[in-house]
Amino acid sequence: MSKQYDAIIIGAGHNGLACAGYLARDNKKVLVLEANNFIGGMAATREFAPGFHASVAHTLPQGQSALISDLSLKKHGFELAAKNLDTTALDGEGNAITFNGKSVKGVDANDQKSYGEYQSLLKKFAKVLKPTWNKRAPRIGGGEIKDMITFAKFGWDVRTLGRDTMREFTRMIFLPAQDMMDEHFDNPLLKAGLSWDYNVGNILAPRSPNNAVLNQLLKLSGDVSGHGGLPLPKGGMGSFVNALANSAKTSGTEIRLNTRVKRVVIENHVAVGVELEDGEIIHAKRIISNADPKTSFLKLLGAANLEIQFTNRINRLRTEGLVAKVHLALNALPNFKGMTKPEGRMILAPSMQYIENAYDQSKYRSYAEDLPMEVVIPTLHDKTLAAEGKHVLSATIQYAPRDVEGGWDKHRDSFMKNVIATLEKFAPGIGDCIEASELLTPADLEQQFNVEGGHWHHGEFAIDSWWMNRPTYGASQSKTPVSGFYLCGAGSHPGGGIMGAAGANAARAIIAEDK
Amino acid sequence: MKKYDAIVIGAGHNGLTSAAYLAKSGLDVLVVEKNDYIGGAAVSREIHEGWLYSNCSYVCSLLRQSIHRDLNLTKHGLMIVPYSGTTNFTRDGNYLAEYGDHAQQYRELCRHSVRDANAMHRFEADLMRYAKLIRHFLMRTPADPTSFKPRDISELIFMGKKFWDMGEDQIYEFTRFLTMSAADFLSEYFENDLIKAFMATSSIIGTALGVYSPGTAYVLLHHVMGDVDGAVGSWGLARGGMGAISDAIAGALKEHGGEIRMNAEVQQILIKDNTTYGVALANGDEIHAPIVVSNLDPKRTFTKIVDKNDIPADLYKKAKNFKIRGSSGKVNIALNGRPDFPSLPEGHMLRNGSFQFLDSLERMEKAYDCWKHGRWSDDPFIEMTQSSVWDPTMAAPGNYFVSCFIQYCPADIEGGWTPEKREAFGETVVDQISQYSPNFRDLIVHKEVRTPFEIEQEVGLTEGNIFQGELTLDQLMFNRPFPGYSQYRGPAKGMYLCGSGSHPGGGVSAACGANSAREILMDLKRPNIVPEDDGDE
Amino acid sequence: MVHQAKLQSSENINHIELKLLKSPFHERTEALNLNRAWEDWSGYASALHYKCSNLEYFATRNTCAVFDVSPMCKYRFRGKDAEAMLNRMVTRDVAKQGLNRVCYNVWCTDRGRVIDDGTLFRFAEDDFMLCCAEPGLDWFLLSAVGFDVTIEDQSDSLASLALQGPTSCALLKAMGISGVENLKPFDIGRYPYAGGELMVSRTGFTGDLGYELWVEPDLALPLWDDLFSTGANYGIQPMGTESLDLARLEAGFISPMVEFHGALHTVDLGHDHSPFELGLGWLVNFKKAHFNGREALLLEKEKGSKYRLLKLDIEGNKPAENSILYSNKKCTKEIGYVTSAMWSPVVKANIALALVESRYADGDIYAEVYHQKELRWQRKVSQCTIKTKPFWAPERAKLTPPNDV
Repeated sequence: MSKQYDAIIIGAGHNGLACAGYLARDNKKVLVLEANNFIGGMAATREFAPGFHASVAHTLPQGQSALISDLSLKKHGFELAAKNLDTTALDGEGNAITFNGKSVKGVDANDQKSYGEYQSLLKKFAKVLKPTWNKRAPRIGGGEIKDMITFAKFGWDVRTLGRDTMREFTRMIFLPAQDMMDEHFDNPLLKAGLSWDYNVGNILAPRSPNNAVLNQLLKLSGDVSGHGGLPLPKGGMGSFVNALANSAKTSGTEIRLNTRVKRVVIENHVAVGVELEDGEIIHAKRIISNADPKTSFLKLLGAANLEIQFTNRINRLRTEGLVAKVHLALNALPNFKGMTKPEGRMILAPSMQYIENAYDQSKYRSYAEDLPMEVVIPTLHDKTLAAEGKHVLSATIQYAPRDVEGGWDKHRDSFMKNVIATLEKFAPGIGDCIEASELLTPADLEQQFNVEGGHWHHGEFAIDSWWMNRPTYGASQSKTPVSGFYLCGAGSHPGGGIMGAAGANAARAIIAEDK
Repeated sequence: MKKYDAIVIGAGHNGLTSAAYLAKSGLDVLVVEKNDYIGGAAVSREIHEGWLYSNCSYVCSLLRQSIHRDLNLTKHGLMIVPYSGTTNFTRDGNYLAEYGDHAQQYRELCRHSVRDANAMHRFEADLMRYAKLIRHFLMRTPADPTSFKPRDISELIFMGKKFWDMGEDQIYEFTRFLTMSAADFLSEYFENDLIKAFMATSSIIGTALGVYSPGTAYVLLHHVMGDVDGAVGSWGLARGGMGAISDAIAGALKEHGGEIRMNAEVQQILIKDNTTYGVALANGDEIHAPIVVSNLDPKRTFTKIVDKNDIPADLYKKAKNFKIRGSSGKVNIALNGRPDFPSLPEGHMLRNGSFQFLDSLERMEKAYDCWKHGRWSDDPFIEMTQSSVWDPTMAAPGNYFVSCFIQYCPADIEGGWTPEKREAFGETVVDQISQYSPNFRDLIVHKEVRTPFEIEQEVGLTEGNIFQGELTLDQLMFNRPFPGYSQYRGPAKGMYLCGSGSHPGGGVSAACGANSAREILMDLKRPNIVPEDDGDE
Repeated sequence: MVHQAKLQSSENINHIELKLLKSPFHERTEALNLNRAWEDWSGYASALHYKCSNLEYFATRNTCAVFDVSPMCKYRFRGKDAEAMLNRMVTRDVAKQGLNRVCYNVWCTDRGRVIDDGTLFRFAEDDFMLCCAEPGLDWFLLSAVGFDVTIEDQSDSLASLALQGPTSCALLKAMGISGVENLKPFDIGRYPYAGGELMVSRTGFTGDLGYELWVEPDLALPLWDDLFSTGANYGIQPMGTESLDLARLEAGFISPMVEFHGALHTVDLGHDHSPFELGLGWLVNFKKAHFNGREALLLEKEKGSKYRLLKLDIEGNKPAENSILYSNKKCTKEIGYVTSAMWSPVVKANIALALVESRYADGDIYAEVYHQKELRWQRKVSQCTIKTKPFWAPERAKLTPPNDV
């Protein structure tokens, strides 16, 4: 009853679709199975209120032009509504500082000068990491020349930064955002705004050492709009996803919705197919999972097919999501204090201490009253997301712990109240413009998008779970300890954010195997 | 004015060690010290008549055996005495203790979690693996990864080989470990919050971080990588207080012809044409030497006792950015009787040990939150060591000296450290202890409260940071104190650093001093007499 | 003040016992331990010998002897995934293990390195007990992730004795344990006893006819008394660890922390072992479902192991304790070392277990033996011969029904 596929991809997230696209281009027969009734996972554009659309992931800083071109995404409908949004840091008292990858407005001459040096430094660091994102993670001791070359090239790239910059790199890579900011700037609002990208999406706050800089460098991995660019896709992120799907379908990929995979079928220690919830078994030469590592290994594959220490390395992954998403349907444009009109991305946090305070609450399974957040009003650039005159406000809120004391059902209302109250402080009157709203707590993200913990990256993005250690050694090169089973999602190298690199890496690993 | 071959600024234990090795090599060495006593933070002082206080550092683990042997410290009066037993009391009236005996420790852990009691063996093995790896590097100068010099390449190869010898899996695990938080690391072994908290105490010592902060797993390792006579991870007391260590090293220095001058605060290191030629004291005197070794912390060295124009601009900036925030307090208490801990049976061996009063990681993290907000912890972590129980020299029979180490306490609080605030901080500590020892307060004869402010004022440790610089990866190994300056040399010819602000970092190890001497001897093209490996083999 | 502690007085706290613990049989073993010779076994007082190890050892080969194995760790695995979980953890096929059967097993890390060995008892489809020398709950719980199984530490809930020797079956029959003679090696039987139950497994560490007896702790002393009163006619003796160690060595059995260092607490790379290196390759079943270490062990089987555990018969009669082994009489090339050694009274041979680098295991082997003659140390180089069979493996150990003497 089942025809033989070259690959089955579990999950039609953007990485799964990118993987399908690359495999299909290599003439492989691919079947993508999606449990939900829509593709794209957290990158889908959904109608959260009648006539209002939003995506959980709302901008594309990690967009990869090579992938866009390889899979002919433009031809398949991918378009930008705005090439490069500026970011404005707001303190709610009327002060605003606007910046992008090149320049900053609203700070004194010292900080202006430092800004140029700072971005130039980040640009150099981003360049060193650039080759790593789209290449398989190396393995120590595997003996493979390819891996030794990866290490050597990385070392060489660092070395050719020049002695002083190299020294700064090996030191700065471990700095907390706060120290990075304090070393370069004086203005507290600028520091708060810039620090946002260092910490968002992980269990990090301005004072957290070791993992912040890497997180920022991941955000700088995109090249669609130059260094530090912040592109906004037209039609929400869903259009990016649709383009990926169309590209894959053009090459012969099948996508099935409303199809939940129960488990991976193993015969003779090899993955040979999947069993669906309804009992149907479909065979394929390879099974690729776009699901997070815990789901992939513990639910779909099962511990019985894995080694014990490996199982526990997966089980110990930090998967508690800490970010909430709020979508507001507005009947008018809000007025943010300090801006004549809202534009680009706005970060609501007067100081790094403000952000740290919110983080401190989350340590004890609670949340702050004053919530730091990142706000985008995509309808400013994209009329397709709401009717004329109406607007969508998309806010990424920190810090909302997945395991809040008592559970999210108990706290939804009070959390939302804090969100609106915070917004009201920064944009008085906004409360009166709200026609409808949607709150997605990490619990909601988990439940609605089938991601363990509701974590963006499918698992903490930190140095201890990066590269050779992502999701863990033994499964860091898209392959897994089980023959025929692969990972292609954010939980594998290079990580999360809307990028497609994980999917592309998996496809490349498979294509290389067949050569 | 006599000219010396080398001047060491600061008679802290590392400065004395560096000077002793240089003197042993045949150089004419002078150590200048601003205080009227030597030892810096490794010092014993009679703050109250009849009692000897280890008023800063109070226990010893990291002091390198090879240095002890080389400098004949036993002959100069040093004996490190093991002590054992730590009891952690919990608010519900129970306790969790640490026993030296494996079977006893298992039973004690089982009282709280059988699962965790079983996991301890694996935990200890994993930590021991990391400790054994790190120990190879304590007595070695870090490689400069940006350099192609043979010594750096060969040091990198040495490092690589030691890593390689752990096996592939352990390389991944160790590189993970280096950036993790203590809480996350401990959660990979243990489920019980009390046990985790107990194991996490070493992870916050002297740091500006909390147990949930990435990087604290390394600090934990830093505190178990020492040893007493080969027992890796154990701690001991110096007989005569920590000053015995400094005094013994000073004895070795004098035996080799070195001099120490007290009440001689250095105002400036004299540099001309990028070459050091001596020091100028605060009283106006100048002493000349072609080599000047600073035992002061790197921030103080490069921002206070060096003319800004004598060093590169970016070095000054690095020194200003160097993180050295004090977070520890010390309350040293003289008692005229033994404190009673009624939760422990009379005569029980644990009554001789140290005491702590924790029951969860959350309490420890909240203590850190207070510090972040510029206050001392209202519910601090206290480690109370009964030094005089093990060391009869500290107090007369029937009298007791207890050393209380506290996290967290800020260097600066709103309105400054007034005597009232200091007293209030001290009271917070006594309050907590009294909850578990009802007779404690009545036994107090004298109390010395030291915040980072006092530590800075007296000892000269900037912002009262006990490690001369925080132990975070951006300031460790080849990054310590700053990238490009991790091989003990200052920017000017003849200028060196030898304190804990250099590799391998803080703790009373004498390794920093020894390593700096090795570099100095190398520059002078004299034969090396400083050991490079303690050898666990 | 941030909190108020609830200070308890020390009588209200269950402090640990500081002294060596007493097993359920301690009252009896203490009375018989004439030399007060104890050692620490898992925190329990375990007799080294009672008076004379030689007599105790011969009891186990000639009549019967009783060894208190209560300090062994015992874990109960129950639940619908108990079999699957255990089968994934150990190297033998648990699915093929019948009810009321015991199987000697070993379990390994992901890299195929031995963590511990033990005996797995199957009581029902979904009910097992694992008996091993070191606390293993940590690894078992890690192994249980993803399985529906409950694991209980029952180490203190069962008292047990090893009754070993040619008259052991006869003694049990005389005690009224009827039907015990029908137990085949590695069978489990349950018998009503003293108002409770006596579980008997035909297992042991001496390589001879023998049984292990399991009861709840409150039946321990009655069981001991019953054994020793009836056993007076059957030559019963208590035996300590010294004589047990001699017996197990003759049988060719390995001992943890003697022949191997458990992988989970091995600090230096390579200081642990694979089952192949310990001569336990016969326990590794590649045909069964996936088990931990399978890939690594397959690879090792293909490429060969670094070490091999050998049974050696050594020239002379000076036991080669702690001897280094060489490939030549001049002792210039080290190839391994002796892990356990003894002079075997029943076989009249100088025997040892030794770990030797595989590449030298087929050539000449010499042991550098040090021994004292009236305190003076002597050095002797003795040639070693490899034995493939256990030194002591009598037919009577396997007979069902067993002989009475």
